[in-house]
Amino acid sequence: MNKTLFLGTLTAAALSAGLASAGTLDDIKARGEVNCGSNTGLTGFGAPDDKGEWHGFDVDLCKAVAAAVFGDQTKVKFVPLTGETRFTALASGEVDLLVRNSTWTYSRDTDLKFDFVAVNYYDGQGFMVKKDLGVSSAKELDGATVCIQTGTTTELNLADFFKANNITYTPVNVADDGEALRQFTAGACDAYTTDASGLASTRATLPDPDNYIILPEIISKEPLGPVVRHGDNAWGDVVRWTYFALLTAEEKGITKANIEEVATSTQDPEIKRLLGLEGDMGKMLGLDAGFAKAAIAANGNYGEIFEANIGMSTPIKLARGLNALWTQGGLQYAPPFR
Amino acid sequence: MAYATEPPKQGFRLSQLIYDTRYRGITIQVVALVLVLLALSWLVGNLMANLEAKGKDIDFSFLWSRAGYDIGQALIPYTNDDNHFRAAMVGLVNTFVVAIIAAFFATVLGVLIGVLRLSKNWLVSRLMGLYVELFRNIPLVLWIILAYVIFSEASPEPKDFKVVDGVAKEEMFLGIAAVTNRYTTMPAPVLDRPLPEIAGLPTSGLAVILVLMASFWVLSLIRRRATRVQEATGVRPGTFWPGLAVVVLPVVALLVAMGFHLDYPTFKGFNFKGGLQLAHAFTAMVVSLSLYYAAVTAEVVRGGIQAISRGQSEAAFALGLRPGRTMSLVILPQALRVIIPPQISNYLSLVKDTSLGIAVSYLDLRGTLGGITMNQTGRELECMLLMMGIYLSISLILSGLLNFYNASVKLKER
Amino acid sequence: MTAYVRKQMLEPSPPPASQQGVIGWMRENLFSGWVNSILTLAAIYVLYEFLSLGLPWLWHGVWVADSHLQCLEIIAERFGPDASGACWAVIRERWGQYLFGFYPTEEWWRPILCFGLMLVALVAPLFADDSKNAQWIIAPTSALTLVLLGGAGAPLLVMGIAVAVFVLAAWASDRPVKLLVLTGVYPFVAVWLLWGGPLSGPVLAVGGFVILWAVVKLFSGRLGVPLSAGIGIVAAFLWWTVIEPRLTASLPHDLLALAPVESENFGGFLLAFIIGVSSIGMALPLGILLALGRRSDLFIVNKLSVGFIEFVRGVPLITMLFTASLLLQYFLPPQVQFETILRVIILVTFFSAAYIAEVIRGGLAGLPKGQQEAADALGLDYWQAQRLIILPQALKISIPGIVNVFIGLFKDTTLVSFVSLMDPLRGVTAIVRADIDWKAAYWEPYLFVAAIFFVACFGMSRYALYLEARLKTDHR
Repeated sequence: MNKTLFLGTLTAAALSAGLASAGTLDDIKARGEVNCGSNTGLTGFGAPDDKGEWHGFDVDLCKAVAAAVFGDQTKVKFVPLTGETRFTALASGEVDLLVRNSTWTYSRDTDLKFDFVAVNYYDGQGFMVKKDLGVSSAKELDGATVCIQTGTTTELNLADFFKANNITYTPVNVADDGEALRQFTAGACDAYTTDASGLASTRATLPDPDNYIILPEIISKEPLGPVVRHGDNAWGDVVRWTYFALLTAEEKGITKANIEEVATSTQDPEIKRLLGLEGDMGKMLGLDAGFAKAAIAANGNYGEIFEANIGMSTPIKLARGLNALWTQGGLQYAPPFR
Repeated sequence: MAYATEPPKQGFRLSQLIYDTRYRGITIQVVALVLVLLALSWLVGNLMANLEAKGKDIDFSFLWSRAGYDIGQALIPYTNDDNHFRAAMVGLVNTFVVAIIAAFFATVLGVLIGVLRLSKNWLVSRLMGLYVELFRNIPLVLWIILAYVIFSEASPEPKDFKVVDGVAKEEMFLGIAAVTNRYTTMPAPVLDRPLPEIAGLPTSGLAVILVLMASFWVLSLIRRRATRVQEATGVRPGTFWPGLAVVVLPVVALLVAMGFHLDYPTFKGFNFKGGLQLAHAFTAMVVSLSLYYAAVTAEVVRGGIQAISRGQSEAAFALGLRPGRTMSLVILPQALRVIIPPQISNYLSLVKDTSLGIAVSYLDLRGTLGGITMNQTGRELECMLLMMGIYLSISLILSGLLNFYNASVKLKER
Repeated sequence: MTAYVRKQMLEPSPPPASQQGVIGWMRENLFSGWVNSILTLAAIYVLYEFLSLGLPWLWHGVWVADSHLQCLEIIAERFGPDASGACWAVIRERWGQYLFGFYPTEEWWRPILCFGLMLVALVAPLFADDSKNAQWIIAPTSALTLVLLGGAGAPLLVMGIAVAVFVLAAWASDRPVKLLVLTGVYPFVAVWLLWGGPLSGPVLAVGGFVILWAVVKLFSGRLGVPLSAGIGIVAAFLWWTVIEPRLTASLPHDLLALAPVESENFGGFLLAFIIGVSSIGMALPLGILLALGRRSDLFIVNKLSVGFIEFVRGVPLITMLFTASLLLQYFLPPQVQFETILRVIILVTFFSAAYIAEVIRGGLAGLPKGQQEAADALGLDYWQAQRLIILPQALKISIPGIVNVFIGLFKDTTLVSFVSLMDPLRGVTAIVRADIDWKAAYWEPYLFVAAIFFVACFGMSRYALYLEARLKTDHR
């Protein structure tokens, strides 16, 4: 009976902790950490290790943002979110920023009142099948059973694709990536469809990857990127330009290892502006002058983050493809720091 | 002679509202009501302010826009061009289907296990005890997931059923059903001449249900007449055969008229053709819910049987009834009165627990309305309200039945 | 000639072999008729099937390996290429997460101590008049807790305090009611131990309840319990919202402070217990009020209680959890933010309050009418009668039911993974499987979690049964 007391304690604690003020950036500064919505566990993109430390491609962007705001990449709290709870968590202010391979779509941008501030991964939906199925094109999948994650844009794309090609399929809905993998390898479905990056990472972790092929069709555009609340422009700018700083760093050849050296020796005015040696770019965002330097120093530039988490040297083995810099034939392009 | 003095008449004073126990009740009620209304208006006020701040509104018109997603198991016609409302209805039907089938198996199995648990056979009663404890003490979600994993991991591929040189790697069960790692296949009921659809409603199914209901109504008339005759003459006319005829014949006639037959699955090419192909999400739900609630039911049945005093069965034995007949004629009818109320609340929990289909992405009401639709439209408030409302109505109807039953049992006792 | 008359008793001869010993027992219990024989054979067959599937798998289990692939290699090497076996190495590597989530390893002694203290704190209400069993619980709990504390590397000072508390509890256990003080203090100690921070936080929070209690004591004679309780609640709220924050600010922050632990690090069975225990604990008073309200003659109070109970019991828990995670924020002022775990605890409290209310209503209905009439005859008012006569008896017979509600709730805590909390079943397992090394470990985590759930729930349901049996004899 006496456990009522518990409620009082908790309420008191929550009330004193949770009084928010005007803008998200000010809130974050007052709170002392960034709340970042993340995957509940997607290998390579965002998952905690056995110590509870978060690692991954999306996670490192959050860490870079924390480094930009506080100069310390550990000042970030990761809130694991499922496909179904992610947007509400962002809308309600539970997280400041959602980096959880979420696709930028019209209705999410307008109707759901969010802002996609950048595209950190250009993706598209593809299919993976077993080699012995003898299928070489997605258009041959007539009558197939297809494993598909619920609560994502892939459901709608899939329906559209089969409709457009006038073929039929049976959907097998699965809850998450791990479950999809299990279903697919057990043979519960002919094809597994999700973002091509996800397919690659899934295929890479199979014991016999050579028995599986990824079909050539990419049936949708899936620009994945960090999301903030609509109307939260100052905070959105921080996230956007932190991301662009990482891109610019790669373009200019600034890495985690050589950043101090570059900072002392560089003559390039843009690098000087980027690293806060010249002008007051940081102030315009409401941050320190060295915000971009701190962000890059955290886990390296975009290319380094890519290689360390999902690149060819990792078990996931994703090629840069569309995500190469524009100078190398990709789509990643940062506006100038000026 | 003593005169009783009239108590001094006093006007009503305001302080009586607090100090006078006659009025205090009213004060408390009014205060409680005001507090509750205040709390509600505070919540609604917050809601309005929050919606305003986010630029959202409460609007149910999304229900009539195109759903755009597919549902693997749709028992009423549905394509991705239909609207969200129809998708929700497909989900609701899926909820009911799982609930009804699982309730049926849980009841049959549960009664069997409950009776066997009291068996004199040491091994059997222990085994049943183990079963009951195992299922009751491990979360249902775990059973659902396990059933799902077992189906898809431990069963053969469809192509193993292919007959090569007169031999198949795996034999179909009785030649009509098979569990593969992709689906469970079994004979499908098919109508050659179904009734025409009206407004998208499955009229054929409704017709069967209507005919059945009418038959049972006639049956109750026959029974009532038999009771009247028995009270008048002392002899009860046989009702079994006429009753059976009344219940069975019209339905059979209707089914024959609509051209009912079973479509057996056969292996052709690389896959089974024909018959019903049940997804594992569905079978896993049915199997785990049935087994879990069989354990729960078994406990209720055991409790009910043990609540009947031993004298009853001793008396029955003294009359020379065999154990089986003692159970069916003496013990169970009495035990039913103890069993049915908790069993109805078990059914209630079962219906609610179908929402755990989320663990295997079974597209029931929660999966469609409270899952994909909510996610695609971002209308979580409306979807949750609708979903809670629907579950609540189901529960209220079932508990209404429970109260009705309790009342009728009570009346008989007096 | 006389017929033969026996003059001496014969020694009784042993019963025939078929009636005694193993054979007799088997005849009696396994093969007493053809139905029984068939059942026995069927049972043996089922047992054989299960064991022949499961035993080799368990027997081939590998405990030491770096990845699931390596497990399979070891099994293939030891038992031949076709052998299947369990890969317990995943449990060996990750058991900490299943028990504590990401609670910092060096602070594990805090939840352990918390759990040990909880068992001791529960002794008073659960074994109030049963000192023998109370001692029976306290002794092994203390020993086990101390061993685990030592294993988790608790500071010596903590060990000393723990020993002192346990000795005190053992000393008081001849009359378990004395331990009620511990039960009262426990929630605050638990919050402090689990979440950390300065000791002043929970101590100040107690202040509000002291004020509430004082106000009710002072005014209930004149104003009646409900109104004085209302005033007390307002006063307590003033304390919590106005006075307490200022006091907290003026006190040093490191006064007896434990390292703070963030809620999102809570996971596994620790999370399940926190949600289960705190919800049931807070639901109890609410449930009592609802049960009284449902039996009340006051029309509005009655209807409000019935409405609340029926609504909550009519919707699945999963919708309540989704409400907690998706909707609750809409109904609160924008500046008030609760963490997910807190929102879940609040909604689960409402949920279990409705079920506890029904259990307690059963307890109230089980009391003979004479009790209420006797109370009326003594001139006790409603609240006095409830507090002194009705509730103590009704609660006592409700305890088995409440334990069963707790078991159900504890099992249902697995659902919190659907609102992305780290429950032991799906939440932790998803994280473990996100590690490439353990991606293929399907069965082992589930079996491990199932085993723990089984032990915990089976133990509790046995306790409920034992209590029920004892209560039955009390009443006949």
